[in-house]
Amino acid sequence: MARQDNSRREFLLKTVQGSALTATAALGWFYLIQQQAQASPHAVRPPGAESREEFYARCIKCGQCVQACPFDTLELAEAGSYVPLGTPYFVPRQTPCYLCPDIPCQQACPTGAISKQLEKIEDSRMGLAVIDIENCLSWQGLRCEVCYRECPLKDSAISVEHQPRRMSKHAMLVPLVHSDACTGCGICEKACPTQQAAIRIVPPELVQGKIGDHYRLGWKSETPITQDFKSSSEMPAIGGENPALDYLNQDSSL
Amino acid sequence: MNDADLRAKLGRDGKPMVGVNGRPMHRLLEPAAVGDKIRVWRFVILRRLTQLGILLLFFGSAHWGWSIAGAPLLTGNLSASELLGFLPMADPFAVVQILLTRAIPESEVLIGAAIILLFYGLIAGRSFCAWVCPVNLVTDLAGWLRRRLSIRDLLYLPRSTRYMVLVAALLLSAITAVAAFEWISPIGMLHRELIYGIGLGWIAVLGIFIFDLFVIRHGWCGHLCPLGAFYALLGKRSARLVVGFDAASCTHCAECATVCPEPQVLNLKKLEQAGLVSPGECSACGRCVGSCPEGSLQFHWRLGGNAGHADQNSRVSPEIIPQRRSQ
Repeated sequence: MARQDNSRREFLLKTVQGSALTATAALGWFYLIQQQAQASPHAVRPPGAESREEFYARCIKCGQCVQACPFDTLELAEAGSYVPLGTPYFVPRQTPCYLCPDIPCQQACPTGAISKQLEKIEDSRMGLAVIDIENCLSWQGLRCEVCYRECPLKDSAISVEHQPRRMSKHAMLVPLVHSDACTGCGICEKACPTQQAAIRIVPPELVQGKIGDHYRLGWKSETPITQDFKSSSEMPAIGGENPALDYLNQDSSL
Repeated sequence: MNDADLRAKLGRDGKPMVGVNGRPMHRLLEPAAVGDKIRVWRFVILRRLTQLGILLLFFGSAHWGWSIAGAPLLTGNLSASELLGFLPMADPFAVVQILLTRAIPESEVLIGAAIILLFYGLIAGRSFCAWVCPVNLVTDLAGWLRRRLSIRDLLYLPRSTRYMVLVAALLLSAITAVAAFEWISPIGMLHRELIYGIGLGWIAVLGIFIFDLFVIRHGWCGHLCPLGAFYALLGKRSARLVVGFDAASCTHCAECATVCPEPQVLNLKKLEQAGLVSPGECSACGRCVGSCPEGSLQFHWRLGGNAGHADQNSRVSPEIIPQRRSQ
């Protein structure tokens, strides 16, 4: 009986020890994953991979998107790079996404990490082009606008605007990116003639602000005016029962 | 059997040993003639051809545009692939992890995983490990070198550790919402980087090599790898391709256990009971088949699944494992 108890105790102890060993390793493992998943927000992803969580959960790291890409844009992250292990990404300055209308990378993806919900390539949001106006040639007053002319969605994703130039009678023509249309394909970044690209693709959440719902832009017609504003004719008459606005002008109350 | 290959196995007293069935015990010599070498190493050669061939098919399709009638030959890698543009295949373990993240993947990868699941589950057992996985090239090299150098184990780790790693992989997938093993898998690193470009994955592979060579014999494949554990569980009861055992001709010389990377599957009592090496942890590498001097072990297609004996597969009392011959 005692022997049986002993062996049972031994068995339990072995089980606990084994589980503890695995748990120790699993903690390190957990840390590694979190580190990889959280620490690399800069990678530019293939079209249709907008949600990082969805993309990370689904991507099986097979590289079929890489092979389907006719421009060799996509790469799989190697161990030790700044992108989580084995996931596809691209470096726009090297090779941008040329926005194939049939989205072959999406067709090749077996898991839906490159979402099948993306129907038109123009709706993809791989990133957002951001201009460094300190180094943009156009912003120095030169005529460049290469990004605008190369942009596959010119006039909607990038427009060229007049910008007054101090005391000069000449205005500058500067590019302006519109986030509602920019796909983040990176053709502009590839084309930018400066030594280091002055227009770059960045994940939108890294650079885009958010005004917040509590600001109502009253001059924008689409902004609904929800408070019950009244015209002056509907306001109580001066000197009426509740002369809140004009009490300073009323001698009687002094 | 060519007599030149065989030599009487001598006991400690220098006398020829006799097997339990009364036949003289033999040991398989390092074969000298090329033909004999090929006969002994035939499954190793076949395995290397398969392993490298599959990698080559992936590489050729990715870099040299190999295709048949316009359809790319084999795209992707061992995680998920497509043969000739229509037959999807996927690593079922990776897909299970993805499902545990609560993401519902597209049907293509589910069908691919089902195909592979059925193939190994109903036919080939754990043969993925010995015939497909590229890490096997590394660990076999380490194992071979280890035998040559007679290096003993530094640590003891139960072979069941891999099942705990498997459980940890599944739990972590559910917790972190990413396929946990795929995010650190040295298997993935190796085949991905061989096919798509070399990064630092070789460091992980080197780690496995050193671990297998100096720390624990068959440390990675036989003790830790959760993918191997997954396939071991998958084919345990149902795999058809097994190594058959002929009790009458076996002399208990234990040549097989010396070369077997999972020697616990060669438990003689169970071999005699079942008449075959129960699938599961056996990776069907065929080294025992090539090295058995009596031809008692042969590949065998079993017709019915026999579950009974496979149950206690992982619990083997050490005294019935054939005594390992000292090097």
